[in-house]
Amino acid sequence: MSEANCVTCGGTVALPNDVEVGEIVDCGSCGTELEVVGVDPVELDEAPDLAEDWGE
Amino acid sequence: MDVGLLYSRIRPDEKLLLTELRERGHEVHKVDVRKATFGLDSPPEPLGECDVVLDRCMATSRSRYASRFVEHYDLPVVNSPETAKVCSDKVETTLALSEAGVPTPETTVAFTRDSALEAIEAFGYPCVLKPVVGSWGRLMAKLESRSAAEAVLEHKETLGHYEHSVFYVQQFVEKPGRDLRVLTLDGEPVAAMSRSSDHWLTNAATGAETETFEIDGEVERLAREASAAVGGGVLGVDLMELGEGAEEGYTVHEVNHTVEFKALNAAVDVDVAGEIVDWLEAEYATPTAEVES
Repeated sequence: MSEANCVTCGGTVALPNDVEVGEIVDCGSCGTELEVVGVDPVELDEAPDLAEDWGE
Repeated sequence: MDVGLLYSRIRPDEKLLLTELRERGHEVHKVDVRKATFGLDSPPEPLGECDVVLDRCMATSRSRYASRFVEHYDLPVVNSPETAKVCSDKVETTLALSEAGVPTPETTVAFTRDSALEAIEAFGYPCVLKPVVGSWGRLMAKLESRSAAEAVLEHKETLGHYEHSVFYVQQFVEKPGRDLRVLTLDGEPVAAMSRSSDHWLTNAATGAETETFEIDGEVERLAREASAAVGGGVLGVDLMELGEGAEEGYTVHEVNHTVEFKALNAAVDVDVAGEIVDWLEAEYATPTAEVES
């Protein structure tokens, strides 16, 4: 388990060991949806908004 | 195998696939379609070496165009852009199912508010108004009165993208509080679940409760036929039971081409990602020459 800081509130976000670029995680402190944009080192950004035609 | 993965988000579904592929020693080349560009002459760098490319784009438009480019580069792509084109558009899906003789809910398409209201009145209440493109149950309307129909039609016409002025009106099917999802690999059913809810929408994405469903002969036949009707591949076929249960038959209301399977995987004993990778290996792995010992 690794950790990174939320880009919105600065809180600590726990990440699985096999975290992937492109994976979406939630900040447990402020609830912001975050996207993993780098894994070495782990880097987070705010996840893009839902587009109108997203989904299966 | 070298496997390309077109994505814009790594959902738990993609994570399951990536883990399975890597554990079996396959080389995975992830391509974020938000960053990649697709020219006419050659594919984005990592895709050129791939034995197969998986389209796991969440956005319908990206899925359709990116998979079309991959096909243009003469690379095998799952699912095919033809399948994506049919499945991503409810009008195309309805026509494909109907033309293949697969039972599907009665549907009328209208292009103006007045003609849509005429179609709705012909169905009677309740009936359903759906966007032609969309997922997760968004923007679906169960119309229970003329005044509700008039309001929704005006909102769609005024606020919507032009696609929302393609009015897709469908009969309301009195399903028994659940619908069914069958995952198929070129028509072969792999696993199925029921999705139950007190709400008329029973999408897993809207919080429906899921449970394993034993596939019977009729469901298997319809899943195979629905898969063939839209061009095959890795698909999620959605069915509803008519009336109280299976005795009165089924209707196929949707076929999903970038099928999400995390809920199915949790509901059944089958390793869904494992089954998908088994199928990919059987279809796309280049046979290696046997070495004599």
